[in-house]
Amino acid sequence: MICYLGVDIGSVSSNFVLIDQTGKLKKKVYIRTQGNPVKAIKEGYLMLKEGEGIEFEIRGVGTTGSGRHLASILLGADVVKNEITAHAVAASCLYPEVKTIIEIGGQDSKIIILDRGIVTDFAMNTVCAAGTGSFLDQQAARLNIPIEEFGRKAVLSSQPVRIAGRCGVFAESDMIHKQQMGYPVEDILMGLCEALVRNYMNNVAKGKRIEELVVFQGGVAANIGLRKAFENFLEMKINVPEHYNVMGAIGAAVLAKEYIEQKRIKTAFKGEEFILEGEFVSKSFECGGCPNLCEVVCIKRDDKPLAYWGDRCRRWETSLNKGDRRNLKVV
Amino acid sequence: MKVTFPAMGNTRIAIKALLEGLRLEVIPPPPITKKTIELGVKYSPEFACMPLKINVGNFIEAIEKGADTIVMAGGWGPCRFGYYAQVEREILKDLGYDFKMVILEAPDFKLSELFTQIRDLAENVSFLEALKAVKFAWDKLKAVEVMEKDLEYYLPRVKEKDKAESIYDYALESIDKAYSKKKIDNILAEARNAFCNLDFHGENILKIGLLGEIYTILEPAANYDIVRHLGRLNAEVCRAVYTSSWINDHLLGGILGKSNHKHIVQCAHAYLGSWVGGHGQETVGCAVDFARRGYDGIIQIGPLTCMPEIVAQSVLNRVKGEENIPCITLYFDEHAGTAGISTRLEAFVDMLGRKKEREGTKVPVEIFG
Repeated sequence: MICYLGVDIGSVSSNFVLIDQTGKLKKKVYIRTQGNPVKAIKEGYLMLKEGEGIEFEIRGVGTTGSGRHLASILLGADVVKNEITAHAVAASCLYPEVKTIIEIGGQDSKIIILDRGIVTDFAMNTVCAAGTGSFLDQQAARLNIPIEEFGRKAVLSSQPVRIAGRCGVFAESDMIHKQQMGYPVEDILMGLCEALVRNYMNNVAKGKRIEELVVFQGGVAANIGLRKAFENFLEMKINVPEHYNVMGAIGAAVLAKEYIEQKRIKTAFKGEEFILEGEFVSKSFECGGCPNLCEVVCIKRDDKPLAYWGDRCRRWETSLNKGDRRNLKVV
Repeated sequence: MKVTFPAMGNTRIAIKALLEGLRLEVIPPPPITKKTIELGVKYSPEFACMPLKINVGNFIEAIEKGADTIVMAGGWGPCRFGYYAQVEREILKDLGYDFKMVILEAPDFKLSELFTQIRDLAENVSFLEALKAVKFAWDKLKAVEVMEKDLEYYLPRVKEKDKAESIYDYALESIDKAYSKKKIDNILAEARNAFCNLDFHGENILKIGLLGEIYTILEPAANYDIVRHLGRLNAEVCRAVYTSSWINDHLLGGILGKSNHKHIVQCAHAYLGSWVGGHGQETVGCAVDFARRGYDGIIQIGPLTCMPEIVAQSVLNRVKGEENIPCITLYFDEHAGTAGISTRLEAFVDMLGRKKEREGTKVPVEIFG
């Protein structure tokens, strides 16, 4: 079967999807990155391959997420796209009339405004993590509640408590205070959801006009407490797609498919052996070429350098193609 | 007397030429590196903006290289910059450095004031020599700007971005070393020739207007080299601020030929009627101007906590809607990671490209059957 692979390497989760030639989702894998994107890419690819026993032929690869460059080196990607475009493409494929996308992931949150399938405006959180999944993760751990049950517990609340949402640290102390006063856990959980929504509206969505159809995606969309909090705040229906947690990867796969079909070229995919059999190591060092002392990262496969990045002047980044690295100093 | 001055992008080349022409020994500020910024951040007030921090770092590094006199610009109006020379002097004095600071104030109403200040700096130079120095510095400034505009034009259009960048870097270095107008003209012609000989990819080019606070626009170290970054994404950048036009508009009152400053202020009028300090009103005016000239998008940049730009940003929201032009704002501070900035720039460029390309023609593919 002919497939297109989409990979989204985020700070918290790594997602892999295969779509077929008609754009139908054939398989998805959602795993935690756990700070080791190289391992996550290997594992994810292996899981994608396992089971069912369908032979698939990868015609194109698209990568996105903060680890998109790394993933493109390891897999050989045709399209390397930022998260905004990838999420927008996936949502507008599924809901052609979508006007607003709320996307909340582990480390960042975004709002994307679309008009007839095209992004017209977007914003990402800038300073504070209080409006992201990591914040909920942390507070759930503090309350000793598995994150998976967070939402289900929160919606049981009839009287959510008010928690300051401006800042992650203040929200936490506010929450502890409410705990000590003896408020029921579900009211605190719903209060946290509402605080996150207020934070999102003030920091990320400020000044944007939110219109229907609203799509809520990203890992945090699993939390039904948060869905309800958004619905209450916006007084609109919130649509959560079936595959809400892998939308970025779907977008990347669709983009790869469009690209390959348009250009009629062969994929840059490096093949199964390359990713599964090689030993990948990443090393970082400080370049001593100038007082900038950039921290350069080198990705190697079986001792052969695949890519460098992190240097502002690009002398390392561009050195692989030129083959001449004599004047590069390492300290 | 060994003179140094604050770095502000390529204006350093012109300032160096001017001071050398006045027969002063010049120690230009060393290139801005992570260390410069670290020094500046360490000794500056936390809530001051990025330009002050970089200035302080520049001065410390230059003094350590032997400079004993600092030439710094003054200013007035609501922007804090007017007070920076004084603040910087106090910071450096507290650190125990021994130096003299000469503050050049923008003339209130008479151009001769500025010239007198420059003359005071160079006592043993004849009037004619001083005039010559000013002229040569001006030539260099114009040459540098020709190169900057060339890079802005060619970088997005050529296949080999690295080559275009090295032509530019080499030309600037040569202009800095040049000692005659003729030599400068040669360098420009050679560089233009080299640019033209590169391979062009022939794809669509997006046009983006870059506006905001002057220091952030002019100093690549303060804006993560946004012009090159966008150029590599095949977007041509047009800046709202070029040093020569700024000098003409703000210091010389427009005597050096046609100025579009009045037009910009007029464009701003419907949205922002008063001068809010710094480049606030010009930012709004230029945004309107870019929109009406058919640019694909605008990017506003400034240092974090910049008051005039914050005022302009809130007004830009209206401009965006009424003039129908996409716009984003990026604030720069010492710890802004490049990853976040490149994601935003990429997404912005993508958005403009897709909008231009596929307006209304897309038939969505079916997922999830």
